[in-house]
Amino acid sequence: MPRNSPASLRAAIGAAGGLSARLVAGPGSSASWSQLAGESVLNCHAAELEGQSVVLAALDPFAAAAAMIQLDGIVRRMVLYPPDLSREHLSFVAATAGADAIVTDQPLPVEVDARIVFVESGVGKHNSQPYSKASPLQTEWILLTSGTTGRPKLVQHNLASLTADIEFGRVPSAPVVWSTFYDIRRYGGLHIFLDAVCSGASMVISYAQESLGDFLTTAGEYGVTNISGTPSHWRRALMSSWAGKIAPAYVRLSGEIADQAILNSLRAQYPQARIGHTFASTEAGVAFSVNDELMGFPQEVLDHTPDVDIKVVETTLRVRSERTASRYLGADSPALRDADGFVDTGDALELRNGRYYLVGRRDGIVNVGGFKVHPEEVEAVINRHPAVAMSLVKAKKNPITGALVIADVVMRNPLSDEDQSALQRDILQFCRGELAAYKVPASLRFVTSLDVSDSGKMVRRNA
Amino acid sequence: MDIRAEIVDQFKQVALEQDKTLAPLTDDLPLLDSGLDSLCFAVVVVRLENALGVDPFSSDEDVRFPVTFGDFVGFYKNAAQ
Repeated sequence: MPRNSPASLRAAIGAAGGLSARLVAGPGSSASWSQLAGESVLNCHAAELEGQSVVLAALDPFAAAAAMIQLDGIVRRMVLYPPDLSREHLSFVAATAGADAIVTDQPLPVEVDARIVFVESGVGKHNSQPYSKASPLQTEWILLTSGTTGRPKLVQHNLASLTADIEFGRVPSAPVVWSTFYDIRRYGGLHIFLDAVCSGASMVISYAQESLGDFLTTAGEYGVTNISGTPSHWRRALMSSWAGKIAPAYVRLSGEIADQAILNSLRAQYPQARIGHTFASTEAGVAFSVNDELMGFPQEVLDHTPDVDIKVVETTLRVRSERTASRYLGADSPALRDADGFVDTGDALELRNGRYYLVGRRDGIVNVGGFKVHPEEVEAVINRHPAVAMSLVKAKKNPITGALVIADVVMRNPLSDEDQSALQRDILQFCRGELAAYKVPASLRFVTSLDVSDSGKMVRRNA
Repeated sequence: MDIRAEIVDQFKQVALEQDKTLAPLTDDLPLLDSGLDSLCFAVVVVRLENALGVDPFSSDEDVRFPVTFGDFVGFYKNAAQ
């Protein structure tokens, strides 16, 4: 059922009426939504940007949030450039988006063929009213995702698609304070940000230079009730001594496969919380959430998810809804949707006893002598071992079978060399009991940490 | 390091793990009759690379695959030199 989406973000803030709700970034930056909507942070340049294509490349998330609120409805197109994405792609992104201007909070290290507009990072020191239009434009929102060529892909959304699953006018029974490990310029973070804006909830945002401890401390001080992140974000939090700084009522996982081990660990850490995992991607939008604390999802989800069409084609999940993106920008870009409007997520599924399990990425399959192995399904088994904090399974070339899988494992607690050898045997023995022989890692080594990318997902490279 | 002993150990270990019955490892034993399947050999190669630091299969462009157990041991001895 289509819902009334707001005409613009500022209209949404006015309608939500969350007068006391605030946006917080670290201990130093905090402002109410109405302050963010009511003070110009663009140095009176907003009028000049009307109808233009703009890349929002401010590093400071607070300045970026204020600029998003003020540019939506004014500019024709707004590209959200994540702070962690190398600035070397800025020229490519600006050219692909036909950018007239770059909105930034510091000088750019690269030459770009567009005007530079500076955004003020502070709120509370400007008297000027932001520029507004009586009838706001429907701004295109462009998100960047990592492409296989190394260059980002530009994914086109609009406010309606980004907020299509948000219930407007809902009055929560208790004040909601959102937070997320994601940056708000990535889909996972932006979606939470827009939910908070549109529902008048407060939100604590993280920023790139902030330590995990500082972020969770701030989140705890502001009484965060709802918080989201990838399973990798959550594993890192649980491995730290900071997880106890927050006592959320709702914990959400998205962006990677939530395995049973991480669901169980979160249950143990936050006994009072509701724990859910959401299937969402930048291209597909939010498809559905699973709240039974089991990995995978019930088969009925395919036919009984309101407002979303879901199907499995050749073991891969496809999604169609008002939340899906419309296209990739750029002349040579592939189609984002198929002929029927479905987004092919590239996520492979396996049906077992009435439940679908996400087994991995179609393009991440390792071929072991003609048998297919998804690294993620092997990781899910290894992660169930009580001594394991997290693991990464990757392909290793092999002269006999073409490839084999090997594993890097982070232990929960450091062990002596002798105990490590015993644990190594024990984990592999456990895998042999749970997996077909060709899926069992041929070797396993212990590492102190695994790389997690800026988008919160494990970095996958093959040996 | 005794390369032959290391190879014998790995054959035995992998056979045990994969629940295979290993034939007596004599020099003239054809590898195909050893009781190990190709997945087992693939695992043996990875384990030997970890233990000995060499993977003779990948070091030469033109690899002649060993046929007997004796060839296999010689193959690794050559590569380790």
